[in-house]
Amino acid sequence: MPELPSAVSGFGVTFKTMFKKVVTEQYPEQAVRFPPKPRYHGRHQLNRWPDGLEKCVGCELCAWACPADAILVEGANNTDEERFSPGERYGRVYQINYLRCIFCCLCIEACPTRALTMTNVYELADDNRADLIFEKKELLAPLLPGMVAPPHAMVPGMTEQDYYAGKVSGAVAREEAVVEAQEESA
Amino acid sequence: MTVAEQSAAVQPADVVTVTVDGIDVRVPKGTLVIRVAELMGIEIPRFCDHPLLDPVAACRMCLIEIEGNPKPQPACAITVTDGMVVRTQRTSEMADQAQEGVMEFLLLNHPLDCPICDKGGECPLQNQAMTAGRGTSRFEGHKRTFPKPINMSAQILLDRERCVSCARCTRFAEQIAGDPMLELLERGAEQQVGIGPDAPFDSYFSGNTIQICPVGALTSSLYRFRARPFDLVSTPTTCEHCASGCSLRTDVRRGVVNRRLAWDDPEVNEEWNCDKGRFAFQYLDRGRVETPLVRESGGLRVASWPEALDIAARGLAEARGRTAVLTGGRLTREDAYAYSKFARVTLGTDDIDFRTRVSSDEEARFLASQVAGMPMGPTYADLDRAPVVLLVGLEPEDESPIIFLRLRRAARKNSVPVVVMSPVRTRGTDKMRARWLPCRPGDEASGLAGLSQADPGLVAQLSTPGAVILVGERLAGVPGALSAAAALSASTGARLGWVPRRAGERGALDVGALAGLLPGGRPVDNPQARAEVAAAWRIPADAMPSAPGRSSAQVIDEVLSDVGRAARDEPRVYDALVISGLDVADDPRADDLRRALEGVPFLVSFATHHSEVTEQADVVFPVAVVSEKAGSFTDWEGRTKPFSAAVRGAQTITDARALAMLADVMDAPIGSGDVGSLRAEMDALGRWNGPRPSAPDDRPAASTEGTALATWRLLLDRGRLQEDEPHLAATARPVEAVMSESTATALGVAGRSTVMLASDRGSVELPLRIDDVADGTVWAPLYSEGCDLQALGLRHGSAVSVTGGAA
Repeated sequence: MPELPSAVSGFGVTFKTMFKKVVTEQYPEQAVRFPPKPRYHGRHQLNRWPDGLEKCVGCELCAWACPADAILVEGANNTDEERFSPGERYGRVYQINYLRCIFCCLCIEACPTRALTMTNVYELADDNRADLIFEKKELLAPLLPGMVAPPHAMVPGMTEQDYYAGKVSGAVAREEAVVEAQEESA
Repeated sequence: MTVAEQSAAVQPADVVTVTVDGIDVRVPKGTLVIRVAELMGIEIPRFCDHPLLDPVAACRMCLIEIEGNPKPQPACAITVTDGMVVRTQRTSEMADQAQEGVMEFLLLNHPLDCPICDKGGECPLQNQAMTAGRGTSRFEGHKRTFPKPINMSAQILLDRERCVSCARCTRFAEQIAGDPMLELLERGAEQQVGIGPDAPFDSYFSGNTIQICPVGALTSSLYRFRARPFDLVSTPTTCEHCASGCSLRTDVRRGVVNRRLAWDDPEVNEEWNCDKGRFAFQYLDRGRVETPLVRESGGLRVASWPEALDIAARGLAEARGRTAVLTGGRLTREDAYAYSKFARVTLGTDDIDFRTRVSSDEEARFLASQVAGMPMGPTYADLDRAPVVLLVGLEPEDESPIIFLRLRRAARKNSVPVVVMSPVRTRGTDKMRARWLPCRPGDEASGLAGLSQADPGLVAQLSTPGAVILVGERLAGVPGALSAAAALSASTGARLGWVPRRAGERGALDVGALAGLLPGGRPVDNPQARAEVAAAWRIPADAMPSAPGRSSAQVIDEVLSDVGRAARDEPRVYDALVISGLDVADDPRADDLRRALEGVPFLVSFATHHSEVTEQADVVFPVAVVSEKAGSFTDWEGRTKPFSAAVRGAQTITDARALAMLADVMDAPIGSGDVGSLRAEMDALGRWNGPRPSAPDDRPAASTEGTALATWRLLLDRGRLQEDEPHLAATARPVEAVMSESTATALGVAGRSTVMLASDRGSVELPLRIDDVADGTVWAPLYSEGCDLQALGLRHGSAVSVTGGAA
């Protein structure tokens, strides 16, 4: 059989493709969002104790473990007037730079208090660099029912050890009342 | 162990042979087994052992096997004997098991809070638990806990549960600092470090305990939780606070100095420093001048560098030959050299002075003849073995703490006799085991001159080779005292050391930032000296100012007189002043200086911080603080200690670089002003070998009438470099007036709790303490919180009126 000229056979590919199903997705306008696998390494989250205090103690082990140098933490002292976590120390500054993060999860392994875990959120695109450095307020887990936003005192009668032993189940009514009063006066 | 000790100790007759892990070595008799292993490169784990502290064998971590001994022995407390056979954990099962057992024991009660512990990442316990410990714990009980942390002092915090009772801190406090305020309390599992009731650990050297603590039990309020070791970029630096010349390590996190540690310099500070050098650095980042400022319609406004340089150049060019330069005593050697050259080459004046403190013409002549551009010496090593050390007008614990530590060690270890001629027998005097020669303030000159009659034994000791006389800064205010010290040194052969208080003074003196002196101690009135310097600076020899200029005190006088001259339409002596690091409030003539700054027509300030000088200045140039630049300080010995910038990539420039730019605009260049070329120039100039002026021979003044004031600056006081350090300030010595029982009785204030010290300018009320003070004398701190004696016009040796205060 005589061969077709190569230019014509090349157009044959184009012609055939015209009748195939379109694979282009209009993201994000018409995105089809598939739930990722449960153990997918997505965006980080800074967890809270059941009463809303932060689990992060500002130890920087995540920053130390990070092979991409994506995490910046600065610790500080809790005081009786302004308490963010049980115990002495909390993370005053917490930043993750998602331009650098390679989602390797070594920070999660390093975290001694399970303060840092990963969610399944994978949509981490933006049109500028600054917004991709996530601060503590963006990383902190949402307040669930029973939680009160810090700063506030530990649950009365409980110690730091009791938090780690799982004896704290939620903010007590008195705490919530104190915070509500603060909000009203503000 | 210092280098000097090692070399002195090795003598063939004292050498023994020992076998460590099957290797024969010959070492000096009396060496500790742990040191022998160290020298061989065998690391025996340890916590309590520290080469500068006496052995105690408290932690038991360094257990090793010695042949013939049924039980393991502590390597840190056993000295070698001839033929000893030692097996460390590398070759002995017994030693290895013993160490593992001790580690398991130490970890029983040690909390697992490494993530929030400041020591985590640089912790000997953490490291040695990895090398000598078990992988997993067998302990199932509850660990002992204590409420934490507790304050040893405002600055030093203790987490008792982390302590392994190694006694390093208590031994340091007792042996090195001589402030035995820390002690091991209780027994057994309850054993803990503690202080007495109402007796906090307010030692000037307390910070060292944090550094030598092998666990995170001792931490500082300042550094607690601020960074982890891996955040920090460390740079070896030199301390800028006093003339002791300590090597430091400066730790910087993201452009901010977070911590400073004593660094190892066996010939100077060994491994110690004082709390001021360790903790006083917040000033580096606070209140800085950030841009050039120029005066416009009464106020200062931000200007560009070219504009500010232009305005400064025009003002200074008009005032050529009628300008004086006051540099302050805190410049690096390189920057001081740049001022010295700028004054002579660009401004055409010899009126430059680094002394903004009590000073005198006699002092300038003393420095020119005895100190400026002289080779190094006497040194710290000379203090170690001196037959006698005489201190005059110097309280080393407050004014040069490393001299204090050296003298204390020399007295303790080598029985060096220390003699202190001072109005006050201080705690420091006792800690140096010193003999106190009481001397009323102002009478130091006659005391020194009359020493051969009053104390012939001491003069004989001073005549022994190696004897040292150290004189302090405040003798400048005692007429005849420096003359008498030079004469005593000349007649006995004792070496004379001048100990200034500020870090930059000796360097500034050596590079000619003093009227009458060119770099290297060259007298400005010597034609050959001028010719040498002019050749190095590539200017015609006749362009150099040939007559000695005015001192800072004379400059202030002339500027004040200028105000009158201008009113009478007479020409001014000074049309401009160039001022660098100078704190007006901390000047003996603060009010005069203030009026001079207001009165001078044109004022150029090279400033790191906003101050009273920048408020009055016509042009302000921002310059780098010590952490942002390379440079060097020359300590009291004459030892020059270079350092590089701790904060890398700072956008500031040095005084020298700013001066070089200004000189370029004024068309009288002084070079590029970079550190390398300045050092090369100074090295090429070298020191003066020609004739020096003879030592001053001033007569002592008459004794102060009535009650004389003895005073000096405490180590921790109101100095600007200690701003914003509340924890450090809280460990300062109490501000009080001290006098003897008989003086208090004679003045009728015995039994009062406070006294009023008064001058014609005002008074201050201070708590009264009775102690050993020369009769007719009252002591009070010069410049502390609530006690600014300079503002009252008082200084060491002044007559002061003392009246009773509260009962």
